[in-house]
Amino acid sequence: MNNRRSIGVAFAALALMLAACAGDYPQSTLHPTADFGYQIDGLSRTIFWWAVAVFVIVETVLVVAVLKFRDRPGAADPAVVHGNTLMEMAWTLAPAVVLVFIAVPSIQTILKTTGAPVDGALEVEVIGHQWWWEFRYPALAVTTANEMHVPQGRTVTLRMTSADVIHSFWAPKLGGKRDVLPGRVTRIAFTPDSVGEFMGQCAEFCGESHANMRLRLVVDAPADFEAWVAGQRTAPPAPDSAATTERAGLAAFRQVRQPANHSCIACHAIEGVSAGVLGPDLSHLASRGTIAGGILPMSADGLTRWLRDPTVVKPGSLMPKIELSEAEIDALVAYLTSLR
Amino acid sequence: MATAALAIEAPQARSGIRSWITTTDHKRIGILYGVTAFFFFLVGGLEALLIRAQLGSPHNTLVSAETYNQLFTMHGTTMVFLAIMPLSAAFFNYIIPLQIGARDVAFPRLNAFSYWVFLLGGLFMNASFLFGAAPDGGWFGYANLTSLQYSPGLNIDFWVLGLQILGVASIAAGINFLITIVNLRAPGMTMMRLPVFTWMALITQFIIVTAFPVITVALVLLMFDRTFGTTFYSVAAGGDVLLWQHLFWLFGHPEVYILILPTMGMVSEVIPTFSRKPLFGYAVVVYSGLLIALLGWGVWAHHMFAVGMGSVADSVFSATTMLIAIPTGVKIFNWIATMWGGRIRLETPMLFAIGFIAMFIIGGLSGVMHSSAPADLQQTDTYFVVAHIHYVLYGGAIQGIFAGIYYWWPKITGWKLNDGIGKLHFWLSLLGMNLAFFPMHAIGLLGMPRRIYTYDTALGLDTMNLVSTIGAFIVGASALVFLFNTWWSRRKEPAGADPWGGATLEWTIPSPPPPYNFTAIPEVVSRLPRWSRTEMKAIPDVPPEPIHLPPGSYWPLVAAAGIVVLATGALLKALILAIGGGAIVVVAIFAWAFEPFEA
Amino acid sequence: MSDAVAHHPTSTGLDSRKLAFWTFIGSECLLFGSLISTYLVYKGRSVTGPTPAEILNIPLTSVSTFDLLMSSLAMVLALAAVARGDRLWARVWLATTAALGAIFLGFQAYEFTHFVQEGLKLQTNLFGSTFFTLTGFHGGHVLVGVLWLLTLLFRSFQGKLGPDKALLVELAGLYWHFVDVVWIVIFTVVYLIQ
Repeated sequence: MNNRRSIGVAFAALALMLAACAGDYPQSTLHPTADFGYQIDGLSRTIFWWAVAVFVIVETVLVVAVLKFRDRPGAADPAVVHGNTLMEMAWTLAPAVVLVFIAVPSIQTILKTTGAPVDGALEVEVIGHQWWWEFRYPALAVTTANEMHVPQGRTVTLRMTSADVIHSFWAPKLGGKRDVLPGRVTRIAFTPDSVGEFMGQCAEFCGESHANMRLRLVVDAPADFEAWVAGQRTAPPAPDSAATTERAGLAAFRQVRQPANHSCIACHAIEGVSAGVLGPDLSHLASRGTIAGGILPMSADGLTRWLRDPTVVKPGSLMPKIELSEAEIDALVAYLTSLR
Repeated sequence: MATAALAIEAPQARSGIRSWITTTDHKRIGILYGVTAFFFFLVGGLEALLIRAQLGSPHNTLVSAETYNQLFTMHGTTMVFLAIMPLSAAFFNYIIPLQIGARDVAFPRLNAFSYWVFLLGGLFMNASFLFGAAPDGGWFGYANLTSLQYSPGLNIDFWVLGLQILGVASIAAGINFLITIVNLRAPGMTMMRLPVFTWMALITQFIIVTAFPVITVALVLLMFDRTFGTTFYSVAAGGDVLLWQHLFWLFGHPEVYILILPTMGMVSEVIPTFSRKPLFGYAVVVYSGLLIALLGWGVWAHHMFAVGMGSVADSVFSATTMLIAIPTGVKIFNWIATMWGGRIRLETPMLFAIGFIAMFIIGGLSGVMHSSAPADLQQTDTYFVVAHIHYVLYGGAIQGIFAGIYYWWPKITGWKLNDGIGKLHFWLSLLGMNLAFFPMHAIGLLGMPRRIYTYDTALGLDTMNLVSTIGAFIVGASALVFLFNTWWSRRKEPAGADPWGGATLEWTIPSPPPPYNFTAIPEVVSRLPRWSRTEMKAIPDVPPEPIHLPPGSYWPLVAAAGIVVLATGALLKALILAIGGGAIVVVAIFAWAFEPFEA
Repeated sequence: MSDAVAHHPTSTGLDSRKLAFWTFIGSECLLFGSLISTYLVYKGRSVTGPTPAEILNIPLTSVSTFDLLMSSLAMVLALAAVARGDRLWARVWLATTAALGAIFLGFQAYEFTHFVQEGLKLQTNLFGSTFFTLTGFHGGHVLVGVLWLLTLLFRSFQGKLGPDKALLVELAGLYWHFVDVVWIVIFTVVYLIQ
């Protein structure tokens, strides 16, 4: 009687949860698309079903005990029992055996998911910043931010560190998370098997806009990946003489303002224009789906909102509100949109 | 009772504010702890409701990012250090001397000191809100986010100094209760005749006095980095941010056993009483507690599975974490076996005790899911962990504390809390907590990290978050029902010495107990004095010889105040204040040492 | 200080204050253990100098270590004197212990000042941070001990330190010996094993 309701609620919520599995959850851990994810998922499901079994058995015995031995008028005094060594041994050994079934696959999976470097893998350097992700492909001479492209079917190894505080790289559909620490290198290795765009976000509290540090992992078909790399490696052309708004935007980008961190070139790099390192590399900004650490769309509207006041969109943003006229903003939007 | 009054030398006043400020009576100090801790529990609960209100819908703007970060930091810090620990301490204070047949704790003034330091430390920490600078680095305060460079305001300084103050209170109380239990037991009360609550309390004190020094050092290093520019957590100087995590979790994991073991003790008292049957395997339950405390020192890095410690460390800590599930399970089985074959009275204390078992099973199982390092890489830092935490801490510890409150309330006040209202409190609380926390298992596994002030509707988690928010408010309502019960039940149902048919010594004396507790120290002949066939010699109605009671003292409060003045000086970088505070402490210690005082 | 507890029978037969102090010492073991572990974890990881080898003066510190060891001997003799009611020698040995403790602190003050002049400050590097924090905490404990001993000496001069108060001196001795043992560990770990 007592636990019926609580168990009932628990099962209702479980049903809700199972229904949830059928829905569309872009950051779900339950439907992985890479080997790192599969290894963890298989292990988690094993442990989960053991947990469900223990839950059902123990809660049932509890509920039965409460119902069967409820005080009723005229009930006899209970027999005095001071324990039973055999039972104690039994219910000490039984959980221990169950735990062996959990421990062994756990350790096997630990050994399979160390993220150690793999020959022939595509290595991507991940550098966490407050509150954006820097991605470098050393073998391909590509630098980008917040959106990582990888080819389907090839092993990718991430070599990760932080430029400031501790962050955590997490793209749930590819696998588990790994913290990203200043002064240390951590690793993830995965082989994605499905083409698609996978959402992720920072998973270690890193300050005011921790919630706004998103990432996108785009798995391309191999040919598309090559095309993407080629695009990233091509320097963005300067706007031609006919594109007056874009030229005004480039001029606005280049303009030196006071204080120093109000100048775009102080923090951002655009190939052939500037070499700032404090903010994301914008050379191919328009090739990405989102901006500002994944919280705004890469569109005129998104860019405008960001340029008007970054600190409103991203509290604590290290990019300050810069005094720009609407005309300057329009020009910058046009110029940045040209950076494919 | 006139004859009794002549036999008592009782220098302490019994009424008026002054009597409370100078009290060294463990029963009064217990009440002070209980009321103060429950107030902070409500504060922490309010912080939780604001958090859930913000998360009830995506892209919400009820609170700013900075305010949200302060809210979840203070919610965690408050619930752990200002609510659960002192609520347990309230019972250590009130009940332990009664259960072991003592007149008071070993060091009554140190006891008062611990309370005042707790109160003033809690006020110090919360004063940060007045400065708009409440701690905002999380209750776990990871370096190097907490460094001066990335947290330039006073927020973290409030946090560091506040925790140091509270640490003093905890260590002092830990030593006090440890010695009390070891050294002030009534004749015949051997260790294996101790009530289980007192045993779990003893084990908890051992953990406190060994774990708190470690966080003290972690905090000192952080404080020195922020104040003097040392390089303990400075990567540029060759320091390692993981040093903080290791030191913090070396404390932090034993801390969760500090939070749960006392409440396991409370439940271990309630279940036998309301099943009319002794605890199934007393010795096994005691040894399980000892084993949990010991093993609890070997699992800390399971909080660091995502950090990349290497396969050996990950494997070892997975294994030790799984191992600790065994003694925990053994306790649960023993409680169920106690109920089995009993005659169960489903009154409110028992409902909460059964609720504890039911919810702790769930929390424990999600803990086993965490124990596997690779599986944890998906679960850690998500709402799945938040679900686990709250099943064990609300479903477990808080329900256990309410079991204790409803059980011992009559002993403390002399009247019972209304059982009908109590049942409403229980069911509302159980419903609310499951609505609030069960969906979090799914929310986490479906991709929502922790400690984010807002989330994207694209995640598809809007409805589940809303359900969780509704559940949280139901929990809040249940707390109001409890408060109503304490007011409505006042003096309606006199309790007498033994309203429940309890087995242990506290039920042999009047409710509330007289200042001296026992007219004569009992001679114990069995583990369950009131149930045993071997009868204990009856405790006389009036004291057969004069009883000496200790006087009150101002110095514990003065010393506590000095500590907080010192901390304020450190906070504001005001040397005069710091030196002044230190001087007050030194003067208070000398005055305390030299004042005439016989315990 | 309260001594009435000694008159109540206790479950272990030991005075509660003695048990409490041993527990406190246990707690302090973890405090110093954490500080020493931090020193060891960061040993050799300083990015800039000075290094221990360049700056530590082992002969000098050996003298101060010997001084502290002798102070423990004086403490033992003080306790014995108090226990047998020998007022004169109780005062002599208490004063000697406090003086030797103060001399140790003097050596430390000299060492700290000298290091700062040589370019090693608290903030200079990991060695500076860990060294000064560890030995500073220890020195703070010695200072508290010296003040405690002077208080006992004062009480003796007031005629209030008879054999019935021997427990108070025993506890001070326990504290003093603990501080000495911690120093032996620090001296070994920081100075001798480099």
